[in-house]
Amino acid sequence: MAHPQLTSTDFEPLLTNKAELEKISGKSTSYWKDAWRRFRKNKLALAGIFVILLLGIMAFNGAKMSGHNFKDNDLMATNQTMSKDHWFGTDTLGRDIFARTWEGAKISLFIGLMAAFLDLIIGVIWGAVAGYFGGKVDEYLMRIADILYGLPYLLVVILLMVLMGQGIWTMIIAMVITGWINMARIVRGQVMQLRSEEYVLASRSLGASNSRLLFKHLIPNTLGPILVTLTLTVPNAIFTEAFLSFLGLGVPMPHASWGVMTSDAIGAFQYYPYQLFFPAFFICLTMLAFNVIGDGMRDALDPKGRK
Amino acid sequence: MGKYILKRIGYILLSLYLIITATFVLMRLAPGSPFASERRIPPALEQQMNEAYGLNDPIHKQYIEYVVNAFTFDFGPSFKFVGQEVTDIIFRSFPYSLVLGLEAMFIALGIGVLLGVIAAIRHNKFSDYIAMVIAVLGISVPSFIMASILQYVFAIKLEMFSVARMESFADTILPAVALATTPLAFIARLMRSSMLDVLNSDYIKTAKSKGMSQRVVTYKHGLRNAMLPVISYMGPLIASILTGSFIIETIFGIPGLGSEFVTSITNRDYTVIMGTTVFFGILLLFSVLIVDLIYGLIDPRIKLTAKGGEK
Repeated sequence: MAHPQLTSTDFEPLLTNKAELEKISGKSTSYWKDAWRRFRKNKLALAGIFVILLLGIMAFNGAKMSGHNFKDNDLMATNQTMSKDHWFGTDTLGRDIFARTWEGAKISLFIGLMAAFLDLIIGVIWGAVAGYFGGKVDEYLMRIADILYGLPYLLVVILLMVLMGQGIWTMIIAMVITGWINMARIVRGQVMQLRSEEYVLASRSLGASNSRLLFKHLIPNTLGPILVTLTLTVPNAIFTEAFLSFLGLGVPMPHASWGVMTSDAIGAFQYYPYQLFFPAFFICLTMLAFNVIGDGMRDALDPKGRK
Repeated sequence: MGKYILKRIGYILLSLYLIITATFVLMRLAPGSPFASERRIPPALEQQMNEAYGLNDPIHKQYIEYVVNAFTFDFGPSFKFVGQEVTDIIFRSFPYSLVLGLEAMFIALGIGVLLGVIAAIRHNKFSDYIAMVIAVLGISVPSFIMASILQYVFAIKLEMFSVARMESFADTILPAVALATTPLAFIARLMRSSMLDVLNSDYIKTAKSKGMSQRVVTYKHGLRNAMLPVISYMGPLIASILTGSFIIETIFGIPGLGSEFVTSITNRDYTVIMGTTVFFGILLLFSVLIVDLIYGLIDPRIKLTAKGGEK
């Protein structure tokens, strides 16, 4: 950081009036403002946000730009490389890869955000209730979580996908069934720490109800760790989607997710490597973006964090 | 301690029971009979086959029998490959996966720890940034994409390795590297932050001020303590390598348990799905338990029996 030029005027007493001495000069910085200031300095994380926004915009408009539909196949134009007509080329069935890529972006982002959102709702409520009430409630709630946590995540997801059949929603549900536990544990730990703070006691002695304490005081104060966990859940969900689609358990046929595209392309990638390149590149880019945003948030929100 | 282990084993058995029940429900709820996709068979014959596989008994009897069999590790014959016992399939294919998995663990631990230590020692210098770029990329590139890249570059373009074969040690290198990518990156990050923590602690300053060489301080005093979080990551590491093997083994054509599992899913070969799932479950749950016990032995500050506290 560059040092500002100091002059002698900087060392003048700020206020001379006795009555104003107690006033705090300068605006006070809230926790969130402070965090945002730190986050803004992290160029990589900002770039991550930019990438996600761009992907979001392209997900809704990209398919229109190419003038092709993601599911129309043109058997006269299969396995074409990049051209003016097909910007990313076409796949083995003659479908336009550019249009499919953005359809895939829509699905991957939807699955990632939706799974993270459901994890958030269940995990926060479960963890907050367990941490706040403690005792027997805590024991039962966390025991259930412990047992579910012992189940291997991907095995459970795969089993459920076989059981429930393929579909975007079944995939999301399968991910959420074991995915919320991590969130619940983090929230519980935080709430347990916070509930013995004095401001909670003060609020309680003023007659605040349990739900007011939880939603007004405790949960907002755990928002930092919640946000970080949330951001890191998204790439995990996107990976799981790609993984399942790759195994042939992913989103069903007419849809085009990045996992489906990768798995379609791998059979022919010895001859047409570009078909694999685009979906693989965008999976990596999206996961990378969410990961750097998550890292940036952790650094910005954790005052103890090292640089 | 004994009580703690018993409690943990109790949890494991409960989890296993859940898995077993879930797999049983899966098999019952799945549409059609297991023989539906075969050639059309006369009803009398189908009746006979159902009888032979015990599918005509009342459902609770089947369930109890299934649970008992599962706990004695007997999953019956495969539905798709006539004459093959599920247990045989598991024990035939598991050695391949074991070799591959151990190799991947070795790579992930060795290189991950090395990268993390280098990054911590050269904190905020060029090699730190390089190591962390590798780590973030490793986390962001899914293993199956890594596998395809490796195959394309080293097997197809450079022809250094075979694309998909499992005969010699050289054939295991590419799949093991692909399998190790993600955990390697995690370990490097974990190692870096814990090493930074340790290097800033008081006893390291004491060691330095006593005039010990940088090397002794870093490796003898620093590394040993900084390794602890990495050891606690061993459980997730095993899980990640196990599930990673599903795809990696399929891509590289390795006849291991992972690809056997994937094949059984595509074939809807329910007994094999159930058998391998339960086997994976046992493997995972017990390795996590062992890791936790070892962790308690290595770091006496961790009290496994402590009530309510964080593990």
